[in-house]
Amino acid sequence: MSALFILIGVSIVVAGSFLAAFLWSVKNGQYDDDYTPSVRMLFEDKIPAETITTTEIKIQNK
Amino acid sequence: MQVEKFYYDNKTVKNFAYATILWGVVGMLAGLWVSLQLIFPSLNITQYGSFGRLRPLHTNAVIFAFVGNGIFMGVYYSLQRLCKARMFSDKLSAIHFWGWQLIIVAAAITLPMGITTSKEYAELEWPIDIAITVMWVVFGWNMFGTILKRREKHLYVAIWFYIATFVTVAVLHIVNSFELPVTLFKSYSWYAGVQDALVQWWYGHNAVAFFLTTPYLGLMYYFMPKAANRPVYSYKLSIIHFWALIFLYIWAGPHHLLYTALPNWAQSLGVVFSVMLIFPSWGGMINGLLTLRGAWDRVRDDVILKFMVVAVTAYGMATFEGPMLSLKSVNAVAHFTDWIIAHVHVGALGWNGMLTFGILYWLIPRIFNTNLYSKKLANNHFWLGTLGIIFYAVPMYWAGFTQSSMWKQFTEAGQLKYAFLETVTYMKPFYAMRSLGGTLYLVGVLFMVYNIYKTVRAGKLVANEAAEAAPLQKEYVKHAGEHWHRVIERRPVQLMIFSLIVILIGGAIEMIPTFLIKSNIPTISSVKPYTPLELQGRDIYVREGCYTCHSQMVRPFRSETERYGEYSKAGEFVYDHPFQWGSKRTGPDLAREGTGNLKKSDGWHFRHLREPSSMSEGSIMPAYSFMLEQNLDTSTTVAKINAMRTLGVPYEKGYENIANRELMTQAKEISMLLNNDSIRISPNKEVIALISYLQRLGTDISKNANAQK
Repeated sequence: MSALFILIGVSIVVAGSFLAAFLWSVKNGQYDDDYTPSVRMLFEDKIPAETITTTEIKIQNK
Repeated sequence: MQVEKFYYDNKTVKNFAYATILWGVVGMLAGLWVSLQLIFPSLNITQYGSFGRLRPLHTNAVIFAFVGNGIFMGVYYSLQRLCKARMFSDKLSAIHFWGWQLIIVAAAITLPMGITTSKEYAELEWPIDIAITVMWVVFGWNMFGTILKRREKHLYVAIWFYIATFVTVAVLHIVNSFELPVTLFKSYSWYAGVQDALVQWWYGHNAVAFFLTTPYLGLMYYFMPKAANRPVYSYKLSIIHFWALIFLYIWAGPHHLLYTALPNWAQSLGVVFSVMLIFPSWGGMINGLLTLRGAWDRVRDDVILKFMVVAVTAYGMATFEGPMLSLKSVNAVAHFTDWIIAHVHVGALGWNGMLTFGILYWLIPRIFNTNLYSKKLANNHFWLGTLGIIFYAVPMYWAGFTQSSMWKQFTEAGQLKYAFLETVTYMKPFYAMRSLGGTLYLVGVLFMVYNIYKTVRAGKLVANEAAEAAPLQKEYVKHAGEHWHRVIERRPVQLMIFSLIVILIGGAIEMIPTFLIKSNIPTISSVKPYTPLELQGRDIYVREGCYTCHSQMVRPFRSETERYGEYSKAGEFVYDHPFQWGSKRTGPDLAREGTGNLKKSDGWHFRHLREPSSMSEGSIMPAYSFMLEQNLDTSTTVAKINAMRTLGVPYEKGYENIANRELMTQAKEISMLLNNDSIRISPNKEVIALISYLQRLGTDISKNANAQK
């Protein structure tokens, strides 16, 4: 049943990477504020509609 | 700080939205069609339209085409706005979109042709598997690129769900798709038997978790607050349940293999984690529903919220049922029955479907700068969809309980009360009701197609939506003369994720072949490799998707050993690349088809394959008369024997050279036997190979039992 150990190994690696991501996010201060992100995501600064073509964007990005 | 002006890319969002709708209709139509085939077997028109080939088409279309495009639609819309940045690269967006559609088209062509690996929800053959990997990397590249150039420091919880989806699906796909190519369109799974089953269901369960659940939770956390215009109930809860969910999910896979030959401790581990999963799952459901606290009156008027409420409720029901189904005693009843079909459709139709529709109704008018054409039509869609789910799920639950009880029912004299066929014909009314439910649901979707068509016609796509935000302050200042790799090294998380994937591919390539083959030394001496004819027959069994209706796994219950014979042992499957345990018994188990009182004559099999109802009255199995016409392709025999040997099957060196001769000898024997039964058939027809395989099933073990006596 060596497949079992491969799967457990792979799963631990995945879980470990998530753990590292979690530690990073805490250290990075991602969760220092655990309320306003939920409100801020609701605001979309509406900018008066204007038409711009994709080619213009390509030029802008250059 | 200078505010920057930039533009959101709505064109890619629109493309994915259209693809979601198109493939949704196609996938559901395929589902309705295969459900009708279970009532009217005559609807199995030609080999390309038989149930065994179309059911994988249905599941793949719904999961990877409908939900897949739905994920990308939602991610491309929400990620840009949450990061206050345009997608990283328009080119990558286009490649991702068209590449994914090409993969879907390739699936739609190859699956009806019988090109399949037979691993559920991973049926696509190896060239397409590679294409999926490439497209997935393109998606990840585009997503992480966007995250890196974001103008908002905080990563909103939805983004975390997207990241988890990307990472885990990449790993799952790579590990489960380990296969040895035989020809351009045929490969053998690198794993055999029990191991293959374990890897497959580790994948299968996590595909549900990380393709159908986590990305959709991310979408819920973005679109539900948006639609309700109020913050999520508890942001804290969303963070906690995210981390809890992803840490628990990857361990629950073995609950798909309860009572099988999998070691008991692995089964128990799977059960424990499955039961624990209810907490993070319900955390998400409660968070979603309570977002509407104090605003429930709006649900009465707002059809989008209605869709979302039903979606989240369905999620709650399915994630309550999941842990229950993973309890061994419940699983003993539910496994192999239509109960599971009901369970997955509450998830797919309820959670994924209804959330997708809600998002579409919210998003399309916005990117087209107009209003929804008709709220009334959307309301009708909502009710048709909801009723459709009920009409689908209730009969299937009923069918599941009933059929399982009938399978397990003994007479007072201690004999099985029902023949298998009786339990099948009893299911027909339930299947008919299910088709009605599916039709309602599909009609609702067609309402949506019309509604969205009219909406799109009335508006004009805002392909590039203007937005403004201040850039993030750079935390790092480049120093003079630094090397190019400093750029990567400053990003530990991204570096880690990508290196993880690279390591996995490398490690897997190195480890799996040697590691697994060594452990495949048979533990039961009487278990022998398949003869060339049986191997070819087995590949026909795989090609036709027989596993979609027939299991090959006798569980250790008296009701099963009485019906099918000795329960299945791990050692019996060591040469099975891929395993064929199946997950559903629409037809009887075939693990012991060639032995004991299940043994039938070659003539019986021949007539049964030609016209199943001629041997089993009321059978709903498709007819396989085309196998009487089609010649067996023996040009692949050498390559197949060689491939099997590479995988550790002990064919002697040089056997491939005499394999086709042996194949012909065995085929002629069967043809002679059939001739004695007044059936004239040339030995080079496909049906002969399939019969040889069916007659082989289970015989190794019974030889052993006879020898011991």
